[in-house]
Amino acid sequence: MPLETKPVTVNLGPQHPSTHGVFRMRVTFDGEEIVDVEPVFGYLHRGSEKLAEERTYSQIVTLTDRMDYVSSMLNNQAYTLAVEKLCDIVPSPRGVWLRMIASELQRIASHFVATGFLLQDLGALGTPLIYCMRERENILDLFEMLCGARITNSYLRPGGVFMDAPDVFWPALDRSLGDIEKSIDEIEEYLSGNEIIFSRTKGTAVLSSESLVNASITGPMLRASGVDWDLRHRNPYDFYSEVTFKRILHTASDNYARYWVRVQEMRESLKIISQCIKNIEPGPVRPSFDDVPRLVRPEPGDSYAAIEGSKGELGFYLVSDGGISPYRMHVRAPSLINLTLLREMLVGELFGDLFVIFGSVDLNMGEVDR
Amino acid sequence: MIGKGIPRGFIITLKNFFRSPVTVQYPDRKVSLFEYAKIHNKNIFKLFFSQPMLSIKISLGLISVPSSVEQSQRFRGNEFTFFEERCTACASCAKYCPLGIIEIVSVPGGFDAQEGESYKLDVFDIDIGRCMFCGLCVEACPYDALHMGTKFEKSTYVRDDLIITKEKLAESEKSPSSFYRPQFEKKKFDPFKDNIKDHYKAGRHEKPEYKELKKKWVDDR
Ligand code: SF4
Ligand code: SF4
Repeated sequence: MPLETKPVTVNLGPQHPSTHGVFRMRVTFDGEEIVDVEPVFGYLHRGSEKLAEERTYSQIVTLTDRMDYVSSMLNNQAYTLAVEKLCDIVPSPRGVWLRMIASELQRIASHFVATGFLLQDLGALGTPLIYCMRERENILDLFEMLCGARITNSYLRPGGVFMDAPDVFWPALDRSLGDIEKSIDEIEEYLSGNEIIFSRTKGTAVLSSESLVNASITGPMLRASGVDWDLRHRNPYDFYSEVTFKRILHTASDNYARYWVRVQEMRESLKIISQCIKNIEPGPVRPSFDDVPRLVRPEPGDSYAAIEGSKGELGFYLVSDGGISPYRMHVRAPSLINLTLLREMLVGELFGDLFVIFGSVDLNMGEVDR
Repeated sequence: MIGKGIPRGFIITLKNFFRSPVTVQYPDRKVSLFEYAKIHNKNIFKLFFSQPMLSIKISLGLISVPSSVEQSQRFRGNEFTFFEERCTACASCAKYCPLGIIEIVSVPGGFDAQEGESYKLDVFDIDIGRCMFCGLCVEACPYDALHMGTKFEKSTYVRDDLIITKEKLAESEKSPSSFYRPQFEKKKFDPFKDNIKDHYKAGRHEKPEYKELKKKWVDDR
C-alpha cells in the first residue's frame, strides 16, 4: 500500500536565524518537496521614503545608509547622483574618484557577505562565514579611516564626498587590495572546486533568462543567466566610462552560477579600484558652498538615477516641488524586486535547499522593507 | 563523489588554524608576564623578584588588563567635544541635525568692542540616546565649537542620563576626533593620547598675535 501524506503548511520566520533578517514565509510541504510559498514582508518597515519628505536633501544621505546596511556607500552614491541630476550639480572630479573607490570597496564587502551567508545556509556552519567576515572587516577599517563610521557611513554628499581621504588611507588601501586578492583566491580554492558545493548548488533553482527579464530582475542574478546587463557598462555614471573591466557572465542560471558571478565580480572591482587610484588627481573633493550650499532648493521637477548596486539596479526617484525637501522619494530596491521570482524558484525544490535558494538571491531585509 | 576539492579545502582550514587571531578580547584581556612587563615598562626579572605573587598570578592568567581597540582618528564616537568659548549660539548645528535632538536656548550676552553684540548659551542639550552619530551637526558648526568625540563606551542605566547638557559637555574629556576637522589631521593631533585644553587650539585658524589684533581693531580704525 503506497503511503499517503497530506501537505503541511509551516510558518518560517520572521525571527529565524536563516531568514537574513525578519522575513516570513508560509511554506507548504508535501513530504520533502515544496509545493507552495507565500512570502510575507514588512516587518522591518521604517518608512524611510516618508521620512525623507520632511528632511532636507543633505540630511537624507543618513537615511539611505540604513536601507541596505551592508552596502551603504552604494546607496549614498545612488542618492547623490539623483540629487546631482535634480539640481544640475557638477561634481568635483576628485570627489567622484573617491566615491568610486568607496563604492567598489563596498561592493566587494557586500559580495563577501553574500558568499559567506550562502555557505552558511548550505550547512557549512561558521567557518566560511567567518573567513568572509574577516575580510569584510578590513574593508570596514578602510571606511573608518575615510569617514569615521564602519557601516552607517554617510560619506558622500551631493557633488562629491565630505572630506578628502587621510594620508594613512592610501598605503592601507594598497595593502588591503593585495590581501583581498589573496583571500578571494583562498575562497575559490576552498569552495569553487568543492564537490559538496557542486552537488548542492548545481542545477538547483534554475530560472530562464526570459522570466528573469520579465520580472525585471537585475544584478548578479541576471548576469548568471547570461544576460549582459551591467549599468556600469550600459549607462556609465560617474567615471565608469574611463575604466575598463570585464563583464562577468555565466549561462547556467543556477545557485552555483550566482555564487560564481559574485566571486568573479569581486576581482573586477579590485581592478576598477586600482585604475581609480591611478587616475585620481589632487583637487577639491566637493564643490564650494557657493555653488552647492548645504540647503539646496531645486527647481520643481523630478529625476531618476540608477546605479549598479551590489544586488542589482538601485535607483532613486526624487520629485521636487521647489522646496527644501523632496515632495516624494521612491527607491527602486533591487532586493525587493529580486524576490518576485521566489515562488518560481522554490516550488518543486526540496526542503533542504529552501534557505540556500533564498540566500542565493542575496537580499537584505533593510532594503526590502525600507 | 569525494575528489580533490575536499582535501584542498581542509588544507586551507588547517592553514587558517595556525594563523594568529584577528579578534580582540574585550573589554579585558589576559596577558603573559612578558607583555605585562612591557605594558608597565618594567624589567621582567625585576618584576618577578619584587612582586613574586603578582607574577605567579599573571602567569596563571588571573590578571587581565583593559584591551585597546584600534580606532581611526576620524572615529565618530559618542562623547561630543564642545568648547563653549567658541560657540556663538548660532544654532546651525540644531538646524542641520536630521533628528532635531539638539536643543539650544540663547540669551543676549552683552556687547564687546571686538566681537560686537554676542549671545550666550543658556541651554545646550544633545539627546544622544536618539543620536545616530552622523556628524552633520559637526559639519555645520562654522566656528569649530562642536566636535565629534572618540569615546564609545558611554552607557548608563537611565535613559535620561544620555541627555548631555552644557555642564556635562564642559566636564567631558576634550579629545575631539578629526571628523570634518582637517586642522587636527594637519597638526598630527592624536585624540587617543592627547587632549585639547586651550580652545584656541581647536580652531581652523591660529590664535592671532596681540600685535595683529591691535592693528586690526585699534590702529586701522
Ligand atoms: S551626530 Fe547627527 S544625529 Fe547626532 S546630534 Fe549630530 S546631527 Fe544630530
Ligand atoms: S556649536 Fe557651533 S553650530 Fe552649534 S550653536 Fe555653537 S557655534 Fe553654532
